[in-house]
Amino acid sequence: MTIAPTELEVELSADSGPGGPTQPVGPPPAASRPRLLRALSRDVGAVLSATYIGLIVLMAVFAPLIVMVSGWTPYEFDQTAIDPNLGGVPIGPWGGISSTHWFGVEPGSGRDIFARIVYGVRVSMTIALAATALTTALGVTFGLLSGYFSGKVDHAISRVMDFLMAFPALIFMIAVLSALPAGNRGSLLVVVISVFGWPYLARIVRGQTMSLSRREFVEAARASGASGLGLVFREILPNLRSTIIVMVTLAVPGYIGTEAGLSFLGVGVVPPEPSWGQMIASSVSWYSVVPTYFAIPGLFLFLLVLSFTVLGDRLRTVIDSGEAR
Amino acid sequence: MPRYLVGRLAGMAGVLLLVCLFTYAVFFLLSPDPAVQVCGKSCTPERIDQIRMNLGLDRPFWTQFLSFLGGLVSGRTYGEGANAVECAAPCLGYSFQSSQSVTDMIWQRLPVSATVAVGAAVLWLLVGVVSGLIGAVKNGTWVDRVMTGLTLGGLSIPNYVLALVLQFVLVVQLQWLPFPQAVPFGEDPGRWFLNFVMPWIVLAVGYAAAYTRLTRANVIDTLQENFLRTARAKGLAPHLVWRRHALRPALTPVVTVFGMDFAGLLGGALITETVFGLNGVGKMAADSIAKNDQPVIMGVTLLAAFFVVIGNVVVDVVYTVIDPRVRVAA
Repeated sequence: MTIAPTELEVELSADSGPGGPTQPVGPPPAASRPRLLRALSRDVGAVLSATYIGLIVLMAVFAPLIVMVSGWTPYEFDQTAIDPNLGGVPIGPWGGISSTHWFGVEPGSGRDIFARIVYGVRVSMTIALAATALTTALGVTFGLLSGYFSGKVDHAISRVMDFLMAFPALIFMIAVLSALPAGNRGSLLVVVISVFGWPYLARIVRGQTMSLSRREFVEAARASGASGLGLVFREILPNLRSTIIVMVTLAVPGYIGTEAGLSFLGVGVVPPEPSWGQMIASSVSWYSVVPTYFAIPGLFLFLLVLSFTVLGDRLRTVIDSGEAR
Repeated sequence: MPRYLVGRLAGMAGVLLLVCLFTYAVFFLLSPDPAVQVCGKSCTPERIDQIRMNLGLDRPFWTQFLSFLGGLVSGRTYGEGANAVECAAPCLGYSFQSSQSVTDMIWQRLPVSATVAVGAAVLWLLVGVVSGLIGAVKNGTWVDRVMTGLTLGGLSIPNYVLALVLQFVLVVQLQWLPFPQAVPFGEDPGRWFLNFVMPWIVLAVGYAAAYTRLTRANVIDTLQENFLRTARAKGLAPHLVWRRHALRPALTPVVTVFGMDFAGLLGGALITETVFGLNGVGKMAADSIAKNDQPVIMGVTLLAAFFVVIGNVVVDVVYTVIDPRVRVAA
């Protein structure tokens, strides 16, 4: 499992050459939005990915309505759908898939898998999006400050980043989450993921800020009296738009994976609230008897991560090649 | 160069000390009273107080932290009198739940984690670099496009999902592999190997995909460099252009990333080891989390940080050897 940064993000920073983060990188040309969208809409992979993400988001938003139509809530036990003589194996082929239970039922408890998938995505998406938002805020702010105010500020922020990146984040996250009370796991997850995740974005923002702050328009702004923070956020930040869009798109799948992984290891979302990672975790002891139980949430999770990854990858290609200009 | 190295080592020690301090502080704040765990079920408040005093848990944070550091360097003794337990250096703590020093527990399980890490690393380096080269050579053709698609898939599949799919397909359906079961190497090397095949694949897939992309991008970049045009223009045979000029600059970034990834894995592949029931450091960490055995969790965290920090320094030193540009700058 990839922790905070996805491999693609690492790649993005590795692109800056052997000098690593200290070497200033030219920012990719800023692309205007309508042209960017037009270029993406010609790409089959990007369109399919966006469609899948859109469907999943709709599913998360309208979960209560969908569950009303399908007829089962994620917390209801259906004892008639499982066979008590066989240790709770779902009745019928394919894990009990039928017109009443569209994706079958959980072995042992008989809860409706479809309903749990629909509700599970709410948790995963909320946590991933919140963690992305917080990481982006932290990463962009510290990256900008570190890149623009070189010297002491840069030194201090860079040391903190080095320290956080040297840390075995996964083990530490698990340890912290397991020690803390299970009360509000969701927001804890977001905070813990973000604390270890922001340096990966900050490092790239820092590199680009360093090269941008030597450009003429920044000089001009400085000469005409702009100073410090205002200049950083008004003049430099807008030029980082494309980089940030790409990084954010690539961060979401990483965090979806992290949340699912932590829930899989039993320190994420607390049962009975469903989450995809947790569903896969509980399917481990059933995988040879009821393969649909791991295959369905596994497929949904894989496709969601894949969609975000493909979309981010295509976005980057379009922006890098300047096709959208 | 020696001066550079000394500086790096000092920095490394600093980071390790900070990691120790941070980890220790967090566990100090979070962990439920260790004395209660030592005491067991039938326990009186007086007894707990006594244990707390014996173990030095009533002393201030800094004193405790210093004796922890002391234990790392020269070993320490927990408790007094008949119940005292010896913890030899480097003492990472003592697990009262399993009556063993954390160092011993890690030491027993490290070989399994190392086997998993080394096997997976060999696999992903081979697959990643070779397919990255193929992708670069066939840049823009259908081969390249298919491989790009595959790498995106490889990056996206969560490894526990892949583990379950492989187990279901290879073990249950096709029965190509036996059910994973720990067999010592000396007893049956064939069986031992088969046991590790799935963990290696599961762990290697994501990395192989990432390395394919990294290699491909770097080789394509390098091929556009002026020195390669010169090499070709002076009539050097294509295979010599590749071997002498293209591969070295293209593969140096791979070395960096590899050092970091491999070092990270030595601290235990938590999920893979847990899913396949391999008794390595990662599974020990997961088990200790379930049992709330704080000294072990802290020990594993420190070990993993240690490997990452060492890996960082090794990569930097190796870099000065393989990349002449860095050598000059240093």
